[in-house]
Amino acid sequence: MGEIIVTDLKNEKHTVEATEGLSVMEIIYDANVPIKATCFGCCSCSTCHVYVDPEWINRIEPRSEEEEEILDMAVDFRDNSRLSCQILYNNDLNGLQVTLAEETKTD
Amino acid sequence: MVDLSLIEAPPIKTAEPGSGPIETDMVIIGAGPAGLFAAFEAGLLDIKCHFVDALDKPGGQCAELYPEKPLFDIAGIPACTGQELTNSLLKQCSPFEPVFHLNQQAEKLERHEDKWQLTTSENTVLQAPCIVIAAGGGSFVPKKLTLPNAQDFENTSLYYAVRKMATFEGKNLVIAGGGDSALDWTLNLQPLAKRLTLIHRRDQFRAAPDSVAKMHKLVEQGKIDFVTGQITGLNGKDQQLHSISVKTAETEQNIECDALLAFYGLTMKLGPIADWGLNLSQNHIDVSNETFETSTAGIFAIGDICQYPGKLKLILSGFHEAALMAHTAHHYVHPDKKLVFRYTTSSKDLHQKLGVT
Repeated sequence: MGEIIVTDLKNEKHTVEATEGLSVMEIIYDANVPIKATCFGCCSCSTCHVYVDPEWINRIEPRSEEEEEILDMAVDFRDNSRLSCQILYNNDLNGLQVTLAEETKTD
Repeated sequence: MVDLSLIEAPPIKTAEPGSGPIETDMVIIGAGPAGLFAAFEAGLLDIKCHFVDALDKPGGQCAELYPEKPLFDIAGIPACTGQELTNSLLKQCSPFEPVFHLNQQAEKLERHEDKWQLTTSENTVLQAPCIVIAAGGGSFVPKKLTLPNAQDFENTSLYYAVRKMATFEGKNLVIAGGGDSALDWTLNLQPLAKRLTLIHRRDQFRAAPDSVAKMHKLVEQGKIDFVTGQITGLNGKDQQLHSISVKTAETEQNIECDALLAFYGLTMKLGPIADWGLNLSQNHIDVSNETFETSTAGIFAIGDICQYPGKLKLILSGFHEAALMAHTAHHYVHPDKKLVFRYTTSSKDLHQKLGVT
């Protein structure tokens, strides 16, 4: 068990409990922080798009080609853009900070 | 054993946009897997169906988001792709000849005498005793730029689709994106535009390799520009763009632009369904898990969009929901007929309907 810090679209920070083996998207969703996540982990949409805090970006597994292809469709892509469904949480990521991108907005 | 990859999608029946009023038994909103199987189950019970879908093809998320990705949890099918499942569902319901109203969104739902009347965004009017909402996560709409002033330019110099090619004639046109839409329109609009610039975040594309090769050739010939970067600002006034700011690896630059086409794929939005007075919570529609009827008589919801205790968002749940829904809908469509439950294995009557006698 650990925690991650999520900044939502209203710029509010949420410190949420993180369980090993879950994706960061699932952790955010389970904590009831609104995140669209349409395909819910299939790496088929970009509605779980987050910006990873620059201090953390090199501490997580790099993007797969599949993730790169989906990020091609991301609106407001940045160098620290990731799909949160593709970041698998482990305890080395305790304290990870991510910010939700605009396209995670729910209806 | 049946190899799903060998099943081709049969031709589908469509109608002119703006048709109607068309009377039918059931209007299914959303032609994804749950909706397609509902047309099959309804067909077995002599219920005729029309579909309304925002996409240009049936299949819903299966066809749009993961046509090539394998599914392993369809009962009885060890593995198939989203497109293969769509093709076989289309084939399965084809004996009942459902009609597809594609490229349009279900907009207005109202009572018309003893039926429901649904009007689409293309002014197609459908009347039926039953409406089935099988809309998944909502209808697919283009993703829009999130820059704060993007809305100011929308439809006047910022576009998310090409309606008329002439709009871009003689323009300093910028196209953003790396998929087939971006590449196809780059190739098609280059001869018309004054100058065309393609912007994508990297020098790799999801689009068909042939289109990518053609695009590179145009760059070599000096006929278009390709910039690797991200749009960071829209500059202009009175709804007219003059330039866009683009951040590249090295620098931030301004590109002259009086028309911008952005192709970042599609996202799903619930849309007008939210205003139909149904019991909704967090974009899901409450239903009875015996009948899959909503809080309003004659309106049903199945698949990912419906909600009841224990709901699982699985395609196979959508199939179950479709079957139960059809049996309840029968009372609305054929109030005078007794519903006799029959199996497709042995019923001569069902064999006749399926055309297998």
